[in-house]
Amino acid sequence: MRIPCPLCGTRDRREFWYRGAAVDLERPAPDAGVEAWDDFVYLRENPAGPTRELWYHEGGCGAWLVVERDTVTHEIGRVALASEERS
Amino acid sequence: MRLAGRGLIDRSKPVAFEFDGARHSGFEGDTLASALLANGVRVMGRSFKYHRPRGVLSAGSEEPNALVTVGAGDAREPNVRATMQEIHEGLQAWSQNRWPSLGFDLMAVNDLAAPFLGAGFYYKTFMWPRSFWEKLYEPVIRRAAGLGALSGQAGGERYERAHAFCDLLVIGAGPAGLMAALVAGRAGADVILADEQARMGGRLLAETYEVDGQAGHLWADVVLAELDALPNVRRMGRTTVFGAYDGGTYGALERVLHHSGRRPRGAPVETYWTIVAKRAVLAAGAIERPVAFRNNDRPGIMTAGAVRAYVNRWGVSPGQSVAVFGNSDDAHRTARDLLAAGVHVPAVIDSREDAPESRDFELRRGAVVCDASGRRGLEAVTIRTAQGEERIAADALAVTGGWNPTVHLTCHMNARPVWRDDIACFVPQEGAVPGLRAAGACNGAFSTATCLREGAAAARAVLEELGRTVRDEPLPEAEDDPYRIAPLWAVSGKGRAWLDFQNDVTVKDVKQAAQENFRSVEHMKRYTTQGMATDQGKNSNVAALAVLADATGRGIPQTGTTTFRPPYSPVAIAALGAGAEGKGFRPERFATSHAASIERGAPMIEAGLWYRPSYFPRDGESDWRQSCDREVGYVREAVGVADVSTLGKIDIQGKDAAAFLDFVYSNMFSTLKVGRVRYGLMLREDGFVMDDGTTARLGEKHYLMTTTTAAAGEVMKHLEFVHQGLQPDWDVRFVSVTEQWAQFAVAGPKARELLDGILDAPLDAADWPFMSCGAVSVGGIAGRLFRISFSGEQGFEIAVPARYGAALFDILTDRAEALGGGPYGMEALNVLRIEKGFITHAEIHGRTTAFDIGMGRMVSAKKDCIGKTMSERPGLLEADRERLVGLKPINADGRMLAGAHLFREEDPPVRENGQGYVTSVCHSPMLGQMIGLGFLKGGSDRHGEIVKMWDGLRGVTTLCEVTGPVFFDPDGGRMRG
Amino acid sequence: MVELVARTPCAGLLPLRVGAVLLDEVAPGALTSVSPYKGQAEALSKVLQAAHGMGFPAPSRATGDRQARAIWFGHGQAMLVGPAPDPALADHAALTDQSDAWAAVRLHGPGAEDVLARLVPVDLRAGSFPEGHSMRSLLFHMTASITRIEDGAFLILAFRSMAATLVHDLQTAMEAVAARG
Ligand SMILES: [Zn+2]
Repeated sequence: MRIPCPLCGTRDRREFWYRGAAVDLERPAPDAGVEAWDDFVYLRENPAGPTRELWYHEGGCGAWLVVERDTVTHEIGRVALASEERS
Repeated sequence: MRLAGRGLIDRSKPVAFEFDGARHSGFEGDTLASALLANGVRVMGRSFKYHRPRGVLSAGSEEPNALVTVGAGDAREPNVRATMQEIHEGLQAWSQNRWPSLGFDLMAVNDLAAPFLGAGFYYKTFMWPRSFWEKLYEPVIRRAAGLGALSGQAGGERYERAHAFCDLLVIGAGPAGLMAALVAGRAGADVILADEQARMGGRLLAETYEVDGQAGHLWADVVLAELDALPNVRRMGRTTVFGAYDGGTYGALERVLHHSGRRPRGAPVETYWTIVAKRAVLAAGAIERPVAFRNNDRPGIMTAGAVRAYVNRWGVSPGQSVAVFGNSDDAHRTARDLLAAGVHVPAVIDSREDAPESRDFELRRGAVVCDASGRRGLEAVTIRTAQGEERIAADALAVTGGWNPTVHLTCHMNARPVWRDDIACFVPQEGAVPGLRAAGACNGAFSTATCLREGAAAARAVLEELGRTVRDEPLPEAEDDPYRIAPLWAVSGKGRAWLDFQNDVTVKDVKQAAQENFRSVEHMKRYTTQGMATDQGKNSNVAALAVLADATGRGIPQTGTTTFRPPYSPVAIAALGAGAEGKGFRPERFATSHAASIERGAPMIEAGLWYRPSYFPRDGESDWRQSCDREVGYVREAVGVADVSTLGKIDIQGKDAAAFLDFVYSNMFSTLKVGRVRYGLMLREDGFVMDDGTTARLGEKHYLMTTTTAAAGEVMKHLEFVHQGLQPDWDVRFVSVTEQWAQFAVAGPKARELLDGILDAPLDAADWPFMSCGAVSVGGIAGRLFRISFSGEQGFEIAVPARYGAALFDILTDRAEALGGGPYGMEALNVLRIEKGFITHAEIHGRTTAFDIGMGRMVSAKKDCIGKTMSERPGLLEADRERLVGLKPINADGRMLAGAHLFREEDPPVRENGQGYVTSVCHSPMLGQMIGLGFLKGGSDRHGEIVKMWDGLRGVTTLCEVTGPVFFDPDGGRMRG
Repeated sequence: MVELVARTPCAGLLPLRVGAVLLDEVAPGALTSVSPYKGQAEALSKVLQAAHGMGFPAPSRATGDRQARAIWFGHGQAMLVGPAPDPALADHAALTDQSDAWAAVRLHGPGAEDVLARLVPVDLRAGSFPEGHSMRSLLFHMTASITRIEDGAFLILAFRSMAATLVHDLQTAMEAVAARG
């Protein structure tokens, strides 16, 4: 698998470290309540199809990336820097 | 039998080699298979299950029978296909799967027992009694099974890995592949042309076709010469592209030195290539399938295409009298090639009633071969016609049942091939692998002209996609015969008719599987082991599923294929793991004191990638405990020196640095004064402890964080995530400086005295209270000093740029020794910290909270931080959670073991009664007994209670008193003094 | 006053010549990590230009020459190689001394690309990686910075503590390339 890093270009999967769903970017407010925090920390979808994930270009530039990936076809879609992805 | 004046071998270069200890001679250009055939060797192996004598079936990498062991000693390699092994001077090859010899094999008794050994025999027979499996059945079966054996020694040959990149990867250098490479190469594209054979040309080397008015192999040579002259084309011969992966990545195995006895220093025998290609053209050709009939595995029976290859490419005939059997015009072509080479062809048996007439040879239309005789080599075949059965003498038989396109790579990303009735074979699904196109025979194009046309067209399409201009060039002239075939998979009749030669799967086995309701092709495969040998059923799977389709009353496309998985042909584990053996396994990180530690005889232990000294032995010390106790004494009584450079160090700057630290640490850092150090606790977002360490404030907007050695990488990744992902607007920058600084702990009552002796200016005690930091100068070099302690003694850590680390370590240890101290290692460091109840990752192991380790109050109420909300969950704050305690055997000689579990004194030690566990233990020289840290339900509420420490694995039970975790100097006077 | 003797990361390990490929340790001068603060990238680049004669490098590029280079070193970071950093840079960027943190070696000679092809999963042939290009990637198992500098040579930076492994891995690849002739 190859991931196009916006800074380094397309690189082999071995350079990247996988974290999980990009939900991790949506940290609730401290007082958001038990349910919001439980969702944020523990609950994840497990879709067969498009996903939005966090990958760290550990063996490269050190950027955290938001990667759109299809778990069925393995196709990589849009890749963006996490630092520029906040809504 | 060598044929005069034929073949592409170099007769001016004879090559001597050995097979099973007998000397033979061939020519340069021969494979082991062609050379053995030329020498009249017909039996080259024994089958897996029935140990039937077998000859070579094919002339390529699909060979199921002629597997040999090559090389000796630690260079021994089993299961080498004789069809792929080129001969070279000094080559030694041995047959396999026979005992005591290839000619006489005791296990051939299995063949007589064949009626009992059909599909499912093992599953049905070795079920009971259950206890027999491990002791009796498995060892016996294992001994009888297997093909060649490994040497049992560490590999003696070198393998390597490498990466390659290109615009276009062309897989296969037959007519289609050559044409694709030529068109793309001429257009200036960056091309790799890979072919598994030693010589490129594919079937052009094995057939007698003309291309562009010259012999096919000569045309190939002209094209190859042109490609070699193009700087943008790389040719990779002897290279099998074995797998297609995501993102245009292909795995390929290059056989670098197997064709040679030479082993220059450092040379790899194989290279495992990872090729990243923008586009690929698969021109892998097709594999001929035999027809199943009774005793069709006799040595001397081979595929017709292989017979033509041996005759035309290697100038070898497989026999004096070669009959031909088939269901397409290929049978006729084979007969013509044999006759042209002067070989007698007793008959051509063509199953088609409407087969074209021929005046060149004796043709039996609408006939089949239904049996073969000659155990060690074919003597005659029995044919069946409308008139009845008839025996024809022949010492070889060429068989063709049609061609199966080599679709394998197109299926590696989960696509299935598509059945084409008109040519009775599976062809690739278009777009099955993104960026890959199939061309030529692997795409179901069986004439030379269509191969050339498809190769050129595929290259043109690729060039257009890559935005390159393409000139329209005429294609070379070539034969364009139609492919006329009438499907024929198996000849009906009694007896065993082989499908999978390597695993001994017969038509009967497949039918039996269907009968026993293993109707799915995947179930049939596993029940019969069809296609599960090292050749993965390359020339038998399609026939097997056709038989299954027939037996289950379904069509072939409805029956479907099994799953094609990489690798296409076997790849040695040594190649996949190349370079990662020995020192290549993972990087070794050496601190600047490494050489000095080794010189002092310190055994080194691994801490992540780092190597750290365990202890520094002295003459007269007989075990590590003595060294360790002595080193603890240095620190408690004089001064000790330890290299702590391996701890992670992160330089943090920017106007939001303080806010950032407040957010990633549970406690406050914005309030830390410049020139001061504070202990910090870092949580994960789920509220559990991630790491701990000290952080110094070097300036208003400048901090230096330390992490544990083990978690340095994880913390860096975490900080980057928090910054980039959660707080990208904060103006904070950080970078690891772990490698920049060599840092040494100087600890003990005489620590200040030592430092005063080496610093350019002596320390003023008032300026250096506990937990202070600042700049110092050593020998004119700017360094940093931190007054921190991980030992409970007056302690400093001094840091200098790493280039001076080795020198400073020598000076520090010399001075320490002069003061009655010396260097201490990890063992002493561990004892010192356990005596003080300081935690490491043995305690913060991922399941403990700040509350559990007695630091609940370090989660500041004044601010948000990572992990704060979740750490406040009621369940994580209950008093009866397992919390950190000290443990001390009630008898001074009591043994403690890390990993042991804790129980009430009166409770039996079973899981339900568990009260906690022990995380760290040591022998404390200060207390004169073992002590430990652990987690106990209720923790600090149970100080003074007696609990039972139980280690079921090592059979140790010790009664311990529960104490506070700090065993020594609980009020910390020594540390601050 | 005590005397501290300096030791280079690859002392005792280099130089090395295998076949036509050479590997030597270089003394790059000062190494300073330069990370522009928020919104300061342009201002920093100007100061860098004025003080050291080169702008802040774009991703995967290096600016400057033998005397002073700025090598792109990853997300929001460049490494100033050669001169001591001009203090004015600190107004626009976090500066961190890294002079002792990296082993610096130069790989050159015909076949150097083939050597790196055995270790680095990135296309480093001159066509796609000409002079002035730089990248962060893996050199076998370790993270590294590789820059194509003058005369087709590669400047490789790897962790100081891993110098022995760096040389081991490069030597292994150099031998394999040389053995192919
Ligand atoms: Zn990157």
